[in-house]
Amino acid sequence: MNGTAVVRVAGVVWVTVAVGWTVCGGVRDPAAAGVFCGVVVLGEALRVPPGADREGAPLATAGALGYALLGPGGAGVPQAVAVACAGAALGTLLRPHLPAVPVAVPAPPPVPVPAPAHRRHARPAARGEARWGPAVRRGAGVGFAALCCQPLHGETRLTGAALAAVSVGVLALVGLCDAAVAAALGPRPFAAGVGDELRGLAGMGSAVCAGGVVLALAVGSAGLWAVPVVALPLLLTQLGLRGHAAVRATYRQTVTALARATEVAGYTPVGHARRVGELATAVGRELGLPARRLMLLEYAALMHDIGQLSLVDPVPRGATEPLDAGRREAIAVRGGEVVRRTGAPAEVALIVEVQARPYRDQPLAGRIVRAVNDFEDLTGENAAPQRRLAAVERMRLDTDHTYDPQVVDALTRVLAHRPTWAWLDARGDGKELG
Amino acid sequence: MPAVSRRPLPPAARVTVAAVCAAGVLCAAPALRPGTPWATLGVLALLYALCEPGVLPARITGRHPPSAVGPFLPVLLAGSLLLPPAAAALVAVPGSLAGRPVPWVRRCWRAAHLAVAAWAAALCGRAVGAPGEMRTSGLPYGLLPAACAALCFCVIATTLTGAVLVTAEHHRPAAAWGAPLLAALAPYLTYGVVALTTALLWLRGYGVFAAVLVPLPMYVACWFFARARRARAAQRAAVRALVHAVDLKDPYTRGHSERVGRASAMIARELGMPEPRVDALRLAGLLHDIGKLGVPTRVLRKNGPLTAQERAAVQLHPEHGHDMTRGLAFLGEAREAILHHHERLDGSGYPHGLSGDRIPEVARVVAVADAFDAMTTTRCYRPARPVAAAVEELVRCAGTHFDPVMVDAFVRALADDLPGPGGPAADGEGTPAGPPAAAAASGAARTAPDAGPDREGAGAGIGAGAGATVLGEAVWLLG
Repeated sequence: MNGTAVVRVAGVVWVTVAVGWTVCGGVRDPAAAGVFCGVVVLGEALRVPPGADREGAPLATAGALGYALLGPGGAGVPQAVAVACAGAALGTLLRPHLPAVPVAVPAPPPVPVPAPAHRRHARPAARGEARWGPAVRRGAGVGFAALCCQPLHGETRLTGAALAAVSVGVLALVGLCDAAVAAALGPRPFAAGVGDELRGLAGMGSAVCAGGVVLALAVGSAGLWAVPVVALPLLLTQLGLRGHAAVRATYRQTVTALARATEVAGYTPVGHARRVGELATAVGRELGLPARRLMLLEYAALMHDIGQLSLVDPVPRGATEPLDAGRREAIAVRGGEVVRRTGAPAEVALIVEVQARPYRDQPLAGRIVRAVNDFEDLTGENAAPQRRLAAVERMRLDTDHTYDPQVVDALTRVLAHRPTWAWLDARGDGKELG
Repeated sequence: MPAVSRRPLPPAARVTVAAVCAAGVLCAAPALRPGTPWATLGVLALLYALCEPGVLPARITGRHPPSAVGPFLPVLLAGSLLLPPAAAALVAVPGSLAGRPVPWVRRCWRAAHLAVAAWAAALCGRAVGAPGEMRTSGLPYGLLPAACAALCFCVIATTLTGAVLVTAEHHRPAAAWGAPLLAALAPYLTYGVVALTTALLWLRGYGVFAAVLVPLPMYVACWFFARARRARAAQRAAVRALVHAVDLKDPYTRGHSERVGRASAMIARELGMPEPRVDALRLAGLLHDIGKLGVPTRVLRKNGPLTAQERAAVQLHPEHGHDMTRGLAFLGEAREAILHHHERLDGSGYPHGLSGDRIPEVARVVAVADAFDAMTTTRCYRPARPVAAAVEELVRCAGTHFDPVMVDAFVRALADDLPGPGGPAADGEGTPAGPPAAAAASGAARTAPDAGPDREGAGAGIGAGAGATVLGEAVWLLG
């Protein structure tokens, strides 16, 4: 937590100094500054809501980095940072608001599951962070890139392929540093965080870096006309990302509705699926699962009880824990059939299908769903702390067969976190977890 | 698509493919003369081949390679701007031949029609000054050759693809040439812009960096479009799974939701509603009974008259449905239809007893579709009625239960869709539906745009046309 604060303060100071310096010294080459600022504003105004992909505004980032790479001929270090930040601020003001429904696969930072009622729990500080955090971070990256480019220009100006190679190298370095910092400050174990960040860098990150380099090179050789020409494909990239995020959000809403079907039908207690989903995700994060597997885990956890719809009479309280193994198995298999129809990745159906088996026959995500679901069944909402302890103890006694000891340990650790207490005491309703 | 490929090609299609292949060879032949820039050609051809699906292992390109939807054209267009026509024709050849294991006819076709299009585009670009003038004049001027080349490529590729669709797949000429050409214009112009940047940086001596870096964002964009397309398919499946959850509880109504969805869309279209609203109504019809999940299974499956208490439980289903779909932002006004589809025009319906215009329009549409399907299918408590009797009943109750406008529209749509007795066979899903009702349902299926993805799939197999539709989605995304 301390490290985050230090980095945040440093970032804000850095941006402030850069903006102040530029304002006092006057803007060099205002035309270029204006055009690049426009690109950043456009990208920032069309920012994709925070979710699975960390880079929400590829066009804006590429524009800012491209401006930084122009070097002393185009802008100095402070001016590059100032233009990036001014563009980000303007774009953020133009963007009406962060959408009410976070698109969301569990990603750092943990986002509460979308439901209108939860918005009132969202702390203003967290919203401000989501609004301005990426801009400050980009400001730091842009400054770093501009600083690295500084010695390249001047007397012995590089040209041709050498300049391109060095630009690519600089942006790759910026990307790697940014990934490392993000992973170090993120809520997940460092190794898992770095893995996720690097995977993101390979996809969208590479497009952003390529876009930045191309912007700088094209402006260097064809003037400012190159900016709209190069920005168009980047804009499309961002629109593609947006479209994908929108469909993903819609899909997630549908899965959540499907998960609530068992609640409306009276098979499971209200909020059960959501609580299992959140707690399972927290345990998965504790175990260092990468982002994609966390997403699969959450889908499976949300839909794990769907097989109960095939029962004519509901099980008392929807708790499958006291049932005999045969019935649990049958319910799980029916659930797998339904999940297979939902268009979810095949792994999700598999997790749901094998949830009643002993843990050695299950994938890790299946073990987590099993353990968390049984914990939920044993405690229910609003359980006394002793009861939670007793539930964990009872599960620990069965770690040779039913529960994976590693998962039960992770569950214990998650339960020991202070945010989890708050979450449990608020009946698992919209507070942050993990 | 395998089903398509196993069918032997009709003679006319064979002739078309052979002619295009011959034309491709003729276009490329002059490259054998000295003076062809083989190095440039090699780099571009290699890059194009790497973007082709099946060339790189899935471990690198990801599970759903973007190029699965069509060839990656910016590289080809860059070739057209940089190379002499004969050499430009060769850029697509290695990649097309090495791509995903498809029948050789199709690989040759792909290579040949892209070669012809690239050759023509290069010729067109040269006519307006690529690459010489482009090198000296720089940017605003460079847009002209790029646009000309892209338009030329677009016209030729779409025309050739259309010719194969007409001869091999028996598409109507208007469907094969008109609409795809218009849809392809904007994407091709965008590809042209990317190609222009590539060519400019290449001419300024950035070499391989230009060829790799410039198209990269476009490639990633295509990747996201491809993923979004898959996610949309998953979304449709998830909605269907939601409907299926109701079927699990009440097997008698299996297929009911789908039919009501289609019939609601039919009415909406007959009323001349815009396409997004038609889609909303299809969703509304599909999900109108979702609240039955909240009704005890025993009551739903009960054989015989319901007690007052059980009836009250069943009548809660619109409210359950409204509650269940609270988080589904994409439903929009369809949620009102779910809540109010049992209201009657005279105010005697439930849950709120609304009357007349106070009932949302969407709910009035779904009410008619729902009643018709309920009457024409067998329920546990009564057999199905014939279509004519059901229509008569609808007309009789128009004004009291149903909105006469909706009933009229439905009767008209039904008349359009039922040319005579003995329509197409019942679809497998419809349980004991009377034959005419099933015919109406499958008739509606014929007109439903749900058939879209299959059609696009077939197009993706055959040519570049489908690659353009990926960018066409960008327009959709902006809306």
